[in-house]
Amino acid sequence: MDLEYSPEYREFRDEVRTFLDEHKHKAPNQKPEIPGQPNSAKEWQQLLIENGYAARTIPREYGGYGAEPDILKTRIIAEEFARARVPPGHSGDNRLVPTVLELGTEEQKQWLVPPSVRGEMSWCQGYSEPGSGSDLASLSTKAELDGDEWVINGQKIWTSGAQNADMMFCLVRTEPDAPKHNGISYLVFSMDTPGIDVRPLVTMTGDAFFNEVFFTDARVPANQIIGKRGEGWFVANTTLRYERGGLGDPNEAENRFNRIVDIMQRETVGGERLIDNPIYRDRLLKLQGQILAMKFNGMRVLSHNIKGEEPGLPRWIVKLNGCELNHQMAGLAIDVLGELGLLYDGSPYLRDGGFWQARYMLDLGLIIGGGTAQIQKNMIGERALGLPKEPKVDEAKAQAA
Amino acid sequence: MDFALSEEQRMLQDSIAGYLESGCPLSRVREVAEAGESRADDIWQELTNLGVHGVLIDEDYGGVGLGVLEAALIAEALGAAVAPVPYVASSIMAPVALAEAGSTGQKETWLPQLAAGEVVAGVGLSEQIGRRESEGVTASGGKLRGKAMFAMDAASADILIIASDDGALHLVDPGASGLNREKLKTIDRTRTVSEITLDRVDAEVLPGSVTNREPLLTTIDVGRVILAADTLGAAQVMTDKAIEYAKERRQFNRVIGSFQAVKHMCAEMAAELEPCRSLIWYTAHAYSAIPEEGRLMACHAKAHLSEVGKFVARKSTEVHGGMGITDLLGLHYWFKRIGFNRQMLGAPELVREEAARVQAWV
Repeated sequence: MDLEYSPEYREFRDEVRTFLDEHKHKAPNQKPEIPGQPNSAKEWQQLLIENGYAARTIPREYGGYGAEPDILKTRIIAEEFARARVPPGHSGDNRLVPTVLELGTEEQKQWLVPPSVRGEMSWCQGYSEPGSGSDLASLSTKAELDGDEWVINGQKIWTSGAQNADMMFCLVRTEPDAPKHNGISYLVFSMDTPGIDVRPLVTMTGDAFFNEVFFTDARVPANQIIGKRGEGWFVANTTLRYERGGLGDPNEAENRFNRIVDIMQRETVGGERLIDNPIYRDRLLKLQGQILAMKFNGMRVLSHNIKGEEPGLPRWIVKLNGCELNHQMAGLAIDVLGELGLLYDGSPYLRDGGFWQARYMLDLGLIIGGGTAQIQKNMIGERALGLPKEPKVDEAKAQAA
Repeated sequence: MDFALSEEQRMLQDSIAGYLESGCPLSRVREVAEAGESRADDIWQELTNLGVHGVLIDEDYGGVGLGVLEAALIAEALGAAVAPVPYVASSIMAPVALAEAGSTGQKETWLPQLAAGEVVAGVGLSEQIGRRESEGVTASGGKLRGKAMFAMDAASADILIIASDDGALHLVDPGASGLNREKLKTIDRTRTVSEITLDRVDAEVLPGSVTNREPLLTTIDVGRVILAADTLGAAQVMTDKAIEYAKERRQFNRVIGSFQAVKHMCAEMAAELEPCRSLIWYTAHAYSAIPEEGRLMACHAKAHLSEVGKFVARKSTEVHGGMGITDLLGLHYWFKRIGFNRQMLGAPELVREEAARVQAWV
């Protein structure tokens, strides 16, 4: 066990701190609540790229800073920005950009990566469909080649940010006769394409983070495909891998936990500080133990990653546990605030701008989204613990016969 | 920065676990438990040869002078093997108490004998955590009076360390006049607790503990980390056994692990338990390396492992179906081991309350 940072990293941390002290007044106001959505103003993003604090490992020729990947430095940047409460930069889109860099053609990289990194091209993800949620590979939105254009028909759902996005990366069925995983292609196109209709999907929070997107003969140039025809599932898995890493981040959880401690030390019920109530306090401490365990689990994953090792089980559990903990934390904050915890939507006496109720609902959405908790448990059971898959329905019938 | 065990630590783990796999099979555990013995002498001896009893004892006193992390790795292996030998009090808490508060003479007398496995030490301090049916222990004029319930590893002990209500720690000879030692039967037959009644019994105080509660608190902290690590080992075995069983047992023409209801129980056990390993590593490491975090982490490790241990013990038993509750299968040895670790040295609610005090929240 070595929890010390070597001098190189201590210096790097100092550099980041110095930068933030000098420049943080230029940071835009943070609106952190829309997942996957770049929120920094373009000038701020540009300043961060120039200093290596955004798009850090994206090659210079594609508009990034061009540093060698260094997991620890990336972590230090994230920690210091969080500590200073300054909105971090972005790398274009943490799902699309790595995928294009890995699997796109040179032309596609030049076209898509630099404007994404500058914050001039924003993205939404067209994966889920009304009939294809957890069983994503059964998707049925189809694209047929007509001359040098794909003609897309069908519907996507849960498309976060579609109302504001410039572009979509989208899974469509191009080979209807192939087995389901082999009939999918990965297309990218402008959201201004005629035939695309975006309808906001208001969720229980009262906001429309998500949308439904309808396609009626939407025509997209044939070369706007990443990877080969029929290989979209495998391209998408590259993307899913990048997305999954972000949900359930333990550092974020710790920050949120500290805010609850503040509330419980500041707010009172019946004239008594909330933290002086032994039952509230026990719930708080129980969560603290769980959060610490996930924090150290995160350090373990990080150490594996630094050494280029596959972390295995410690990584598989991050999304499941992290999202559950976030939801429970929001639930505790609401409970300790009692009636005040119920206030919403700009009401007088509202605490933290209604953050905790919004989080309670949004975090439940995140337990479901990005691979439901049940799908996570299947993956843990099957991939990490080696338990057999559920037999397919037709196999089960054959067995029973 | 590397959050991982060192090569040496992995070798230590392998050597202890490797020995226990052959030297401490369930059949041997069963023999000791059914005979009501306080320890398996053969296992005790071999652990002595492996340096287990001297893990925390300074090399100057015949130990191997390793840290709390190494001690926790050993505890994990012992918990995994449900090894019927004294460890937490005799090999860990007593040496810590002596090192923290003992006079040079006391250390010179007892530490080498403890390291060499020549004596077993029992530790009685449950009154200082949560007094139950006891009026506590009072010290005056070199004599102890009162009752130390739930003294750990005391049944076969050659020497006792008893805490008095003022926080001082005392060396007591179990054969001393006025002392009565009664073994209390618990669910767990792999370790012992005893009731020590004291009627003006001669005691030798550990001088460093007279006006300073720190040695007592440190002894409790380290004991908690060790019980938590023991639970980690035991709960890992229960998880592994459930997964193994779920892969073999067939019903409705399928192995039961292919049913999501069963698969998800296994996944939940793994998802709850895996972060515990990191919590134990950090806590045990911090206890030596980052002292300002040591007490808080010890509380959290003890409380959290108690909760997860309980969850795993229940779920693993459930995955095993009816067989899970039979004596024949023997899964209950791990179930009870986890139950013991949960209640001793402060059940989770009490320990979390202490974590609140450590953070000055109350």
